[in-house]
Amino acid sequence: MTEPVTTETATTARSGLDTHGFASRRTLVWRRFLRNKPAVVSLVLLVLFFVGCYALPPLLPYSYTDLDYYALQQPPSVDHWFGTNALGQDLLALTLRGMQKSMLIGVCVALIATVLAATVGAIAGYFGGWRDRRLMWLVDLLLVVPSFIVIAIVTPRLGSSDRVFWLILLFSVFGWMISSRIVRGMTMSLREREFVVAARYMGVPNWRIIVRHILPNVASLLIIDTTLNVGTAIIGETGLSFLGFGIQPPDVSLGTLIADGTNSATTFPWVFLFPAGVLVLIVLCTNLIGDGIRDALDPSARPLRRKRR
Amino acid sequence: MSLLDVADLSVTFPTETERVAAVRGLNYHVDAGEVVALVGESGAGKSAGAMAVVGLLPEYAEVTGSVRLHGDELLGLSDQKMSRVRGKAIGTVFQDPMSALTPVYTVGDQIAEAIEVHNGSTTRRAARSRAIELLDLVGIAQPEQRARAFPHELSGGERQRVVIAIAIANDPDLLICDEPTTALDVTVQAQILDVLKTARDVTGAGVLIITHDLGVVAEFADRAIVMYAGRAVEVASVAQLYRDRRMPYTAGLLGSVPRLDAPQGARLVPIAGAPPSLAALPPGCTFAPRCPLAIDDCRLAEPDLITVGTNHTAACIRTEQVTGRSAAEIYGVSTTPNGGDRKETDPPVVLRVENLTKTYKLTKGVVLRRTVGEVRAVDGVSFELAQGRTLAIVGESGSGKSTTLHQILDLTAPQAGSIEVLGADVATLSSRARRALRGDMQVVFQDPVASLDPRLPVSEVLAEPLSANGFDKRRIDDRVSELLQIVGMRRADANRYPAEFSGGQKQRIGIARALALQPKILALDEPVSALDVSIQAGIINLLLDLQDRFGLAYLFVSHDLSVVKHLAHRVAVMFKGKIVEQGDGDQVFTDPRDEYTRKLLAAVPQPEPNRG
Repeated sequence: MTEPVTTETATTARSGLDTHGFASRRTLVWRRFLRNKPAVVSLVLLVLFFVGCYALPPLLPYSYTDLDYYALQQPPSVDHWFGTNALGQDLLALTLRGMQKSMLIGVCVALIATVLAATVGAIAGYFGGWRDRRLMWLVDLLLVVPSFIVIAIVTPRLGSSDRVFWLILLFSVFGWMISSRIVRGMTMSLREREFVVAARYMGVPNWRIIVRHILPNVASLLIIDTTLNVGTAIIGETGLSFLGFGIQPPDVSLGTLIADGTNSATTFPWVFLFPAGVLVLIVLCTNLIGDGIRDALDPSARPLRRKRR
Repeated sequence: MSLLDVADLSVTFPTETERVAAVRGLNYHVDAGEVVALVGESGAGKSAGAMAVVGLLPEYAEVTGSVRLHGDELLGLSDQKMSRVRGKAIGTVFQDPMSALTPVYTVGDQIAEAIEVHNGSTTRRAARSRAIELLDLVGIAQPEQRARAFPHELSGGERQRVVIAIAIANDPDLLICDEPTTALDVTVQAQILDVLKTARDVTGAGVLIITHDLGVVAEFADRAIVMYAGRAVEVASVAQLYRDRRMPYTAGLLGSVPRLDAPQGARLVPIAGAPPSLAALPPGCTFAPRCPLAIDDCRLAEPDLITVGTNHTAACIRTEQVTGRSAAEIYGVSTTPNGGDRKETDPPVVLRVENLTKTYKLTKGVVLRRTVGEVRAVDGVSFELAQGRTLAIVGESGSGKSTTLHQILDLTAPQAGSIEVLGADVATLSSRARRALRGDMQVVFQDPVASLDPRLPVSEVLAEPLSANGFDKRRIDDRVSELLQIVGMRRADANRYPAEFSGGQKQRIGIARALALQPKILALDEPVSALDVSIQAGIINLLLDLQDRFGLAYLFVSHDLSVVKHLAHRVAVMFKGKIVEQGDGDQVFTDPRDEYTRKLLAAVPQPEPNRG
C-alpha cells in the first residue's frame, strides 16, 4: 500500500530491535500476522486450493467431461476419490473445475468491489464538495438499478469463453455502493482528526494522507467487507447459474454442482457434500485471513502471544 | 462518628489477562460541612475510590472493604436500595456537564425529576417551583426563563451549575464532586467553586472532591488525601500539606505545578518516569522507582501511613529527608532559567500578523439560504513573533485563539489582513513555495492521543514529514533516532505503536514529529493541558530546553496562565476575537492594564492556601 519495502527493513524482522533500520509498518503488520496461526494456515490452504484447482486436473486420469459408465453414482473409492455422479462423471475433477470458476469469481469480485468502495468512499469523504456530490449521485444511481435483472439480461448474450470475466465485472460493479457510503462517513470524521490535520500541515500530499492515514483506519471495515463479499459473490454466482444465467453446462461451477447435488443430498451425500464442503472451506479461510489481517493492522487488538502461565 | 467512613476499601477491575488493582486499602472519613479532596494524577485510583461510595462503578468491579454513611453500611446494598441513597443522601457532580444532562429535557424538568423521584408526595408544581429556587441558588440569572432551556442552550458554566442544582436538590448529607471544574474555563472555574461553597453552606453537607488540580485543592478544600497507585500516601489538612509536606511524591507534585510568580524560562521540577502499572505492582513502595530519596529499605516493603504530626500522616520511611527542603533540592534539579545573559539585540521577526480577520456567516433557511449575520471569530488581530521568542495567545474557549492559530497554519490568504511568515506574504505564495514554508512552521496539538495515527508505529510517525519532503531511507533513519534522542526517548521505542506510550511520552513523540524538518516556528496548541502536572512539568522543561538549543520561535496558544508565565516572553490576551492586551510577559502579569486580563489573573487558582 505504501512505498516499496527495501531489503534494509526486511532484515529487521530477523534480528529484532537493535539493527540499523527501523521496522516499517509493513514489517510490523506482517510479523503480527505471522503470529496468528489460524490465519496463516488459512492463507496456506487457500493458496493450495488456488494452485491445486489449476495444476491438478491435467494429472488426473479423468477430465470433468469424461463419463465412466462402469461407475454411476459410486461412493468415494480408490478410482474416484470423491465418488461419481449419476452420469458417471468424476466428482474430484468436477469440483476442481468448479473451484477454478468460483474462486476466481469470489476473490476477484471481493477485491475489485472493496477497492472501488474504498476509493470512491475515501475520495468523496476526504475532499467533499463537488467530488462528493457527483460520486454520491453515481452511488444512488447504481443502488436503484435492479442489478440481478441486468446481469440476467446481459450474461446469456455472451460467449462462454469470456463469461467468467463478465460475471466478475458485473458483480463488482453492482457490489460496492453500500460499503462506499460507510467508508465516506468514516472518512469524513477521520478528516477532522488531529493526526490528519497534522499531516496536512506537514505538507503531506492528499493522496498520501488517504493511503497512509485514512485507509488503514477504516481497514477493519474494508477487510470484513472483502471477506463477506467473497462468500456473497460465490453464492450470487451460484444463484445465477441455478436459474440458468451464469455458468452453463457442460461447464460447471461450485454453484451448479451444489444445485445438482441437493436433490440427492440424503441418498448420495458425496455428490453434494464435496462441492459444498469446499465452498464452506473457501469462505471460512477468507474469513480467518481477514480476521488475521484486521488484528495485525489494529495495534489495539489483544496481543496474540498468550502470557498466561 | 463521622458522616462518611471508608475503611480498607479495595477496588479491582478484572480484565481478561490481568487484574487491575485500582484502589488498594483506602481509609478516609468525611465530616459534615467539611471539604475533603482526593488528589492524584490519572490512574491513581481517586475516582474509583470515590465512585465506590455511590456504587457507580461498573458491575464487574470487585469492591471490598466498608463504606459507612451515618454508620450504615453501603457496600453490598442492591442497586435498587442504592438508588434510594444516590441523589437523596449523596449528591454527585460529574466532570463533563454536557454528558451529565439529558439533551432532550429542559433543565427545569431534570431538576424537578430529581426532586420527584425521592419525594413521592410532592406535586409537580411544587417540584417545579423548587427547581426554580435551586437555579436561583446556584446563580443562574432569570431562573424562570432558564428553567425552560435545554442543556445545549446554556454555556458550559451554566450547565455545571444545573448539575450542582440537581446534586443538592434533595438536601444531601454528602456531595461528591468528580473533577467538577476540569472541563471549564478559568473564570468559570472560580465561579463554580464559589457555587460549590454556597451549596455546602446551604446544605451543610460534607464534600468529597476529586481533583488533580492542586490550585483547586488550596482554594476549596479543608483536608487533602494524596493518592498514588491506588493508596493514600499523605493525608493532612490543606494548610499543613502545602507548608510542610513530608512525602517525596507530594513534594514533587507541588514542585511541578507552574506558578504565576515564576520568572519566564523558570524550569519546573518534573517527577521522572511514569506511575506503575496497577496490574503488576513492584514490591515495596510503589513510588520508589521514581523517588530520588529511595534507599534499599524502600524496595522491601510498602510503608503504611505513619503519623508525622497532628492529623498528618505520610506513607514514607524517609519523611525527615523531605522536611524543610524544596522540591528542587529533593529532586536535585535546577529551576533557574538558562541563558539569563541573553543578548538584548532585537532578533529578526519570523511571523507578522496584521489585522487578521475571520468571520463565519450565519445562515437561515434550508432551500433559500440567506445570510442573517456573521460571527467575527477573529477580529482584526495583529502581532509579531521574533526568532527564539515565545508569544503566547491567552484566552478562554471561544475567544478565537485556536482559529487564529489554524488560520496562520493554513498558509492561505486570510479573509482580511495579512500574514507574513519568514518575510513571505502567504497570500502571494505559489504552491511550491507554500510546501517549502510548511517545513519551517510546524504544530504540536493539545491531545497527544488524537494527534498520532493509532495505526502507525512511532518510526513511521516521525518519518512521515521527512519522506513527504524527499528524504531518502538512510537519512530518515538517522534523523528519526536523532529526534527520539532530542525529546528524551529511547531508540527502541520507535518500533512500538503510539497506544503503548503514556500521555507524556505521546506528547514527546508529537513534539519530535514537529521538529523533524527543523522548523523555525513551532505552533503549540495547548500542548500540556491534557497532561498530568508531573508530566506537564517535564514537557514544559523540554520546550524551554528546545528553544534554548535550536532558537525556535513559539506561537503558544493556551488558556492556562501559569503555564504561559513560564514559557512566554510576550503575551497577547484575546477576548471575543480581539486582542485586548498585548505586552511583555512580566508587564502583563504584574501590571495588567485591561479589565479582562485582571479578571483572568484573579481567577487562576494558586497552590497556596489562604492567600486572600
